Amino acid sequence: MIALITSVLAITLRAGTSLIYATVGEIYTERSGILNLGLEGMMLLGAVTSFATAYYTGSTWRGLLAALAVGGLLAALHAFISVTMRANQVVSGLSITLFGSGLASFLGQRLGPESNNYYLVGMSGPRFSPLVIPGLSQLPILGALFEQDILTYFLYILLPLSWFYLYKTRNGLDLRAVGENPQTADAMGINVVKTRYLYTILGGMLVGLGGAHLSLAYTPGWTENITGGRGWIVIALVIFAMWNPSRAALGAILFGGINAVQFRLQAAGTTVPAEFLNMLPYLMTIFVLIVMTWWEALSKRIGAPAALGKSYMREEK
Amino acid sequence: MNEPEAENTLKNPILEMRGIVKQFPGILANDHVDLELYPGEVLSLLGENGAGKSTLMNCLVGLYRPDEGEIYVRGQRVDIHSPKDAAALGIGMIHQNFKLVQTMTVAENIILGIGALPFVPDMDAVSRRIRELSARYSLQVDPQAYIWQLSVGEQQRVEILKLIYRGAEILILDEPTAVLTPQESHELAGVIKVMMAEGKSAIFITHKMEEVMEFSDWVRVLQHGRLVAVKRTAETSPQELARLMVGREVLFRLEKRAGTPGETLLELRDIHAEDDKGLPALRGVSLALHGGEILGIAGVAGNGQRELTEVVTGLRKVRQGRVLVRGEEQTNRSPLTMIKAGISHIPADRIGMGVVGDMAVSDNLVMKGYREAPLVEKGVLRPRRILKYARRLIETFRIATPTPQTRIKFLSGGNIQKAILAREISACEGLLVAAYPSRGLDVGATETVRKMLLEQRDKGMGVLLISEDLEELLTIADQIAVLFEGAVMGVCPAQEADIESLGLMMAGVRQTELASAPAIA
Ligand SMILES: Nc1ncnc2c1ncn2[C@@H]1O[C@H](COP(=O)(O)OP(=O)(O)O)[C@@H](O)[C@H]1O
Ligand SMILES: [Mg+2]
Repeated sequence: MIALITSVLAITLRAGTSLIYATVGEIYTERSGILNLGLEGMMLLGAVTSFATAYYTGSTWRGLLAALAVGGLLAALHAFISVTMRANQVVSGLSITLFGSGLASFLGQRLGPESNNYYLVGMSGPRFSPLVIPGLSQLPILGALFEQDILTYFLYILLPLSWFYLYKTRNGLDLRAVGENPQTADAMGINVVKTRYLYTILGGMLVGLGGAHLSLAYTPGWTENITGGRGWIVIALVIFAMWNPSRAALGAILFGGINAVQFRLQAAGTTVPAEFLNMLPYLMTIFVLIVMTWWEALSKRIGAPAALGKSYMREEK
Repeated sequence: MNEPEAENTLKNPILEMRGIVKQFPGILANDHVDLELYPGEVLSLLGENGAGKSTLMNCLVGLYRPDEGEIYVRGQRVDIHSPKDAAALGIGMIHQNFKLVQTMTVAENIILGIGALPFVPDMDAVSRRIRELSARYSLQVDPQAYIWQLSVGEQQRVEILKLIYRGAEILILDEPTAVLTPQESHELAGVIKVMMAEGKSAIFITHKMEEVMEFSDWVRVLQHGRLVAVKRTAETSPQELARLMVGREVLFRLEKRAGTPGETLLELRDIHAEDDKGLPALRGVSLALHGGEILGIAGVAGNGQRELTEVVTGLRKVRQGRVLVRGEEQTNRSPLTMIKAGISHIPADRIGMGVVGDMAVSDNLVMKGYREAPLVEKGVLRPRRILKYARRLIETFRIATPTPQTRIKFLSGGNIQKAILAREISACEGLLVAAYPSRGLDVGATETVRKMLLEQRDKGMGVLLISEDLEELLTIADQIAVLFEGAVMGVCPAQEADIESLGLMMAGVRQTELASAPAIA
């Protein structure tokens, strides 16, 4: 039984890793007051470019670099549209998702080798395999933490670090101020525009990594719609985490867990229709949003950065 | 322009602004304005609402870019691109609207944006330093408290501590006392005096003449963006300053005809109600307001005034007691019912409750009348009639707006206020609830507003006037009731009231107890 739990937990963590990267990334972005709904497109593009890069260079690390670059670039575009042009952030984000998904699918049909009709689908390339840590991985239950790939291990640093950065450092304080009240931040000498660019791009890079984890580790290779809507689930996860990186893991594990259970049940040949199982993560998203909204109203605690989605310009009243 | 100070002073100005021009769409907010500030002195900057005072100061701290003009600090020509540049020059500003992050603590707000701090600030050390400074300047505030937990007065203390913590030498105070109670203003005055004694300099914007006379050395007056006067405080008078600001003689005392109270319009019987936190805010309030009468409600803010206006306008439910309008039961009715019963409301939170910032001035002006003909016909708005109606109100109430279509948030505070007043008074059918109607207004606008209230009264309407300003109540009210901790301490006719006994009642002494204490009378 313990062994079963440990193995479900291990799968959960593997499934949750890409979600956690994207959630932390979006938390940084939203904390600066920018709402980026382009996640789905950015993850897809991160997944396809990292896989293609790794495939041709033979280096998973170069794949990661590609994902960072692509995520950062799309995010920079979003920052330009929402911060500099001060256009509607929802529209900009949705456009980026449309653009990113379309481009990813196009690249998936063009970047492959000639032998495969230029399709990437079906090709296998280098991947991040689980690095089982001897000893630690033998622990009951906790052992699940120590049979992961390097990207998951890196999360063990990223999560506490992000929490510390946001709540304990001067830069984190300034970042939170910009998302809460850009007028005040500006008056206090904080560069609002720079901050918003910086964290939107940083967030985008992490989202790109989330995409890369899918195509280089979790389900190695490229398939159409490899994200399966994870970019949207992340939007809900950020709310679930109440914009706090230390809670980001919780939600991601909840959703990763649903994935894991789904796999297990399917493998065990359950009678529950597959369609229903596939629906679960999305039902869960709706459920989480309802509960969080209700809880927020009830406790009068507001997690959302007050200026989220609002553009700011100095001389505008 | 007369510039007599050049020969009068031996000191060099610590700050100089020359020929500042700032243009906004449709309005020239600053038109070649000059300003000089001397070390250790206070300069009062006066002007009507919308004269361009805040704009000029925002140019100084780098939030606005002036279109023309030069700034010199300690004799050096400077180029201020952002508040960070200003801070580096020792310039700090308390803005007209608080610049505080509600969800952060006092300490966090104070250190926001200070680049010189270590990457991981030692918050305990910061708090200790804040406590030290609070003690030195008697600005009591808990560094660990969240801003949203603080009263307006405490938030203002945080704003001052921010300046002190950053070591600002040139302080800009933009109407810091507008939102304060008289006690809090007094406390602020003390702090300013201590800081001046330390050699700091300040530019002080206020509409209160006593404050100008009390602590400034120099006065500069702006009118429609232009500098119209430079005076030594010692050589001028409130009357002269008011005239310079408004461009006409201002009556500090208004003509008030004897009232003729008519039928009882509003009756409150033993009202009990709770505040937002569920604590008792009104404890057995009974009042009666007649037509042709102004009933003033005196008291320190936070003693149930807000809940009282909300009960009368249908925004808050009572737990016990009855509300009667013209003798009819209207307890716990909706705001719409109360509007239909003829109650108009000038709320204390004007921007939040009084107007929709992103809508046109004209639309804001008809927001109450739009349900009825002729502004609406068969459920469809009639834009041309609305515009005509709005133009008439803009003219009658002298609302300064570039066009009726301008979004109302672009107007200055005083003009937004006049717009609300115009709407509420024109839609008023008998009963007007006015919460702090002259708060934040310049002397000219204050006079206009008070006159309007008196006019309504003379037309036979009843006015419930909530105010902290005893002068105001004594000048225009017919009856004055004093509220303390949610209970009425006493009601007396304004002619018979004196400031001293009102003050005692505001501190919780009942009128009946006053009478039995002959020492006071
Ligand atoms: N950011 C802005 N955009 C457009 N108009 C503005 C802005 N700031 C101020 N104004 C206008 O400039 C004029 C001067 O405003 P302000 O400096 O706030 O006046 P004061 O502080 O003297 O009451 C007003 O008419 C106001 O509506
Ligand atoms: Mg102003």
